[in-house]
Amino acid sequence: MTDLLIKLIPVFPLLAAIVNGLAGRKYSHEIAHRLAWGSVGLSFLCTLGVFIDVLRSGTAHEVIAYQWIFGGDLTINLAYLVDPLTCIMLLVVTGVGLLIHVYSVGYMHGEAGFTRFFTYMNLFMVSMLLLVMGNNYVVLFIGWEGVGLCSYLLIGYYYDKVSAAKAASKAFVVNRIGDAGFLLAIFLIFINFKTLDYTKVFAQVGQLSPDMATAIALCLLVGAIGKSAQLPLYTWLPDAMEGPTPVSALIHAATMVTAGVYMIVRNHAIFDMSPTAMFWVGTIGGITALFAATIGLVQTDIKRVLAYSTVSQLGYMFLGCGIGAYSAAVFHLMTHAFFKALLFLSAGSVIHALSGEQDIRKMGGLSTKIPWTYRLFLIGTVAIAGIPPLAGFWSKDEILAHAFTHEHYVLYGMAAIGALLTSFYMFRLTYLTFYGTSRMDHHTEEHVHESPMVMVGPLMALGVLSVFGGFLGFPPEHGWLHQFLAPVAGMGGEHEASTGLVLTLMMIATGIALLGWGVAHYFYSVNLSAPERLSAKFQAVYTTLLNKYYVDEFYDLVWVEPTKKLGQLLDWFDRTVIDGLVRGVAQMAELGAAGSTWREKYMVYAGLNVIGYGNHLIARQWRQLQSGLVHHYAAIIVAGLFLLAVITQLIMQR
Amino acid sequence: MLEELASTFPILTCILFLPLVGAVVLWLFDDEDMVRTSALTIALVELALSVFVLLRFTPESAAMQFAEHVEWIPALGISYHLAVDGISVLFVGLTAFLTVLIVIYSWDTVRHQVKLYMMALLALETTTMGVFLSIDLILFFVFWELMLIPSYFLIKLWGGGAERHYAALKYVLYTLLGSVFMLVGIALLDLNYHQWAMLRHIEPAYSFDLLALLSVPIPFSQQVLIFWLLFLGFAFKAPLFPFHTWLPNALLEGPIGMAVVLAGLKLGTFGFIRFSIPLLPDASKSQTVVVVTMVLGLAAILYGAIMALIQSDFRRLLAFSSISHLGFVVIGLFALNYQGLQGSLLTMINLGFSTAGLFFIAGFLYSRQQTTELSSFGGMAKLTPLLASFFLLIGLASIGLPGTNGFVGEFLILLGAFTANWLYGGIAVTGVIFGAAYFLWYYERAMLGPVGKAVKDSISDLHPRELVIASALSIMILWIGLYPAPFLRTMNGSVQALVDRLERGTVAAVESKQPVKVD
Repeated sequence: MTDLLIKLIPVFPLLAAIVNGLAGRKYSHEIAHRLAWGSVGLSFLCTLGVFIDVLRSGTAHEVIAYQWIFGGDLTINLAYLVDPLTCIMLLVVTGVGLLIHVYSVGYMHGEAGFTRFFTYMNLFMVSMLLLVMGNNYVVLFIGWEGVGLCSYLLIGYYYDKVSAAKAASKAFVVNRIGDAGFLLAIFLIFINFKTLDYTKVFAQVGQLSPDMATAIALCLLVGAIGKSAQLPLYTWLPDAMEGPTPVSALIHAATMVTAGVYMIVRNHAIFDMSPTAMFWVGTIGGITALFAATIGLVQTDIKRVLAYSTVSQLGYMFLGCGIGAYSAAVFHLMTHAFFKALLFLSAGSVIHALSGEQDIRKMGGLSTKIPWTYRLFLIGTVAIAGIPPLAGFWSKDEILAHAFTHEHYVLYGMAAIGALLTSFYMFRLTYLTFYGTSRMDHHTEEHVHESPMVMVGPLMALGVLSVFGGFLGFPPEHGWLHQFLAPVAGMGGEHEASTGLVLTLMMIATGIALLGWGVAHYFYSVNLSAPERLSAKFQAVYTTLLNKYYVDEFYDLVWVEPTKKLGQLLDWFDRTVIDGLVRGVAQMAELGAAGSTWREKYMVYAGLNVIGYGNHLIARQWRQLQSGLVHHYAAIIVAGLFLLAVITQLIMQR
Repeated sequence: MLEELASTFPILTCILFLPLVGAVVLWLFDDEDMVRTSALTIALVELALSVFVLLRFTPESAAMQFAEHVEWIPALGISYHLAVDGISVLFVGLTAFLTVLIVIYSWDTVRHQVKLYMMALLALETTTMGVFLSIDLILFFVFWELMLIPSYFLIKLWGGGAERHYAALKYVLYTLLGSVFMLVGIALLDLNYHQWAMLRHIEPAYSFDLLALLSVPIPFSQQVLIFWLLFLGFAFKAPLFPFHTWLPNALLEGPIGMAVVLAGLKLGTFGFIRFSIPLLPDASKSQTVVVVTMVLGLAAILYGAIMALIQSDFRRLLAFSSISHLGFVVIGLFALNYQGLQGSLLTMINLGFSTAGLFFIAGFLYSRQQTTELSSFGGMAKLTPLLASFFLLIGLASIGLPGTNGFVGEFLILLGAFTANWLYGGIAVTGVIFGAAYFLWYYERAMLGPVGKAVKDSISDLHPRELVIASALSIMILWIGLYPAPFLRTMNGSVQALVDRLERGTVAAVESKQPVKVD
């Protein structure tokens, strides 16, 4: 029964995508969207069934759908593994996915590509489900690239916009860099274990040499960095905001970008064997968390602030993985899915209300005009800022505390500063959007309206999750979530910190969050000219941040342009040098052809005639042929046969 | 050793000569529509015969099946010997499949001398089938050479480019140049057999039969010499870097139908897996051969991909992407392990759907704008959504996205190459990144963004015939991508035999007491 449910989970969205994709134009939008979110709803119900079974029995399920690639010593099945980790991912993906699908019905209303949008979204769900459900690396990889494709399609949803089209290609290509690393990891795993199934690999993981473990873990990390937008491959994610807002919420915040974290947690047995790899996971996470937060300080596009915030928060999850706090990383993944989806969708609601305006400099004073959106956005802000008892506090604090108690003080410091910045830029965003006086133009202001229930409803659900979701991991390190995940991710254990220390760390974290709020309040509510004076004073820093440290420009200069230049150089080389060489050879053949006799030419003519080219229409071409094909053909054949004869003779005589 | 399953009905002969007979029949018609309909009928019957063979083919078997054997020139040991095994049978189906699509495509895109065009196309089908079906090397060589005649005329007479005469000649000359070396190689194989036969008093004293040649040992130095001779023949045809410069010309100047055949049917690399590797296993395994082929393969992958990146003409881009893909095939072949060989074989078939498919797309673009140059496109997705969708799907298959056929082949090749030597696999993987870059960048500029200035408002989306072509290709792409089992089962027996052969080398083949009976 459970096995059947597991098999059904990805089937519903797949069917919906196929039906909507092939026949969507034949029926109304009403039917299309019901199919789309209905299918995700069914997947969610199946997930619940599977989840309850796993919760009760505590056993993992492995189900084979069919044999996919096989031959020799290699067998790759399309097969699923559902264990506690997969259960949590499934609940997040289908649950948040369902809410976002419902929200999209309102948000995408009246769009020309309405059915296309839902087709891609469903296709995304299928890929994401395969990603988290696969029982081997190759199924993970199908999902991995599948979500990448859907991300490409949805970023480029407004494909007639140049910026959207460019952002889409960029996302795909940058991700492929990571994917190449992932592929290498898969090959290394196959060479070492002669299998690609998780359970078999992890059963033999002890035989791995430390160096090999490091190699595999680092290759996996490259893959994770690409998909989860970490340094140095994060540049695609901010650009990905070109996609419709529900896409940003679902793919570029709640689910797809967390795939890298899922992959690391799934492979923690390998990572645990390599301190080097763990160091890099933690360091990349820490630096990214801080780095992206600084950029978030000055951005003026509501979605881009959230995008950098996502990069930063994913950095926290990596940091958590890097210090071995896997449950905390998954916990933060989950709460982040709640509050970041909430923030993105509320931002979408703001954008919807302002007829497409995304620049926070042209907002302000919206709290009274769209009260529900405002309240929910505020919940999201408080949650991400890490103010207790909302969800973000518990998960982020757990990562910070783990870093501190396990003596990763540098990482703790980075994370703490990052938390301060996070709190500041999120409240800055809230203040600029909802408080103060309106900076909207008159026309926009007249049309401001609260979003319909179909959009606000999912927001409320996410709001509730953002408020209470943190209690799933309460008390820290020993909550329900930790116990549920223990068979997969292990328990913290040995370094048992004293309650006093834990409480102190919590208070520090809360203090940091409140400080960020305070500063934002001062800048954007009390002393309104302060930000401008500050930016004028630190002009260089401000411009650098505003231009995102010029990383895009740097990559263009170092990678993109040189590759194009190289291509042009090779093109010249191809046309002149290589082709020239062979032309020389051809001329030699022509010389040889001059020696061919009249009779040989006409023998071949006769042959051609027989085959049916004696038609008089062709005859016009005949004259050209004389100096062309036949000439050479005959010469070369004769030369060949001659050679053959000579060699035969030589060897026969021996 | 390879066993042989004779067939009671000469179905392979029917497959081989049906198109040629059909071509002669076409001569009798004057009405152009009649010609088209007949050509399509012939191509469809041919496809049906091929599918029948595929269905009746015993999977997971290394046997030569549906064999037909008739003496041709007994004194020289040349015979008319046809058979299919796991290596060649899929190519037979692919050739028939693509020919049907080309006939459909050419329905209204070829306007002048329709009859001659269809005749040349069918003649080309016969010669191509001959290459895949022949077990006798001389027979193989004859078809290999005969292929040039219809190809030459197709490029020269129905090509769209101004330089089509040059392109046609260049193509023929290149192939011929390679063929000379190949012919010498074949002769040496025969002579080696002869020496062996004289010593052991085996009849016949001469043979060009693949199965007979497989049964005799070949001294290592001889193997290496023959390997390089055959290598040149196949490398020019494939074409492998740096013997490739005829390809961009031929693909750009020739008609789409010809481009589909040239890019879709990987005859050169087929030659490697059909003859070079099994006949010369010790040479194939030797350090020099492996290093040279691997380096050429890797160079092709990167060179082709970087070249493709900057092309502004879609067909020229495809030419270089073909070269890049052939690089993958080569490194898979000379990984010389199960996954590498299996992946290469599958990829050769895959390219018949993806690269050939993209040439059909190029054809669709061409019939709308009379060019495939980028400047004439832009924002097409808005006006021609179906064309844009199929373009994307087939393109993604060509860059190996999981779920499409391209992934299965590419994954196996890379796995095989990596297993053989991590360095080869590691370098080849970067091709995956470039592949995405060159395809998506072109796609972005041609299909996305605002509608280009040169794009006519009246531009139409795919019409029913084009839709048939695109759908047929898409079905195959997804089928092999999602459920490749039937294809893998078909080839696995022969791949295993090839791996065994590589392990044992030729000498061991003699030690087994019963050399294959060649009657």
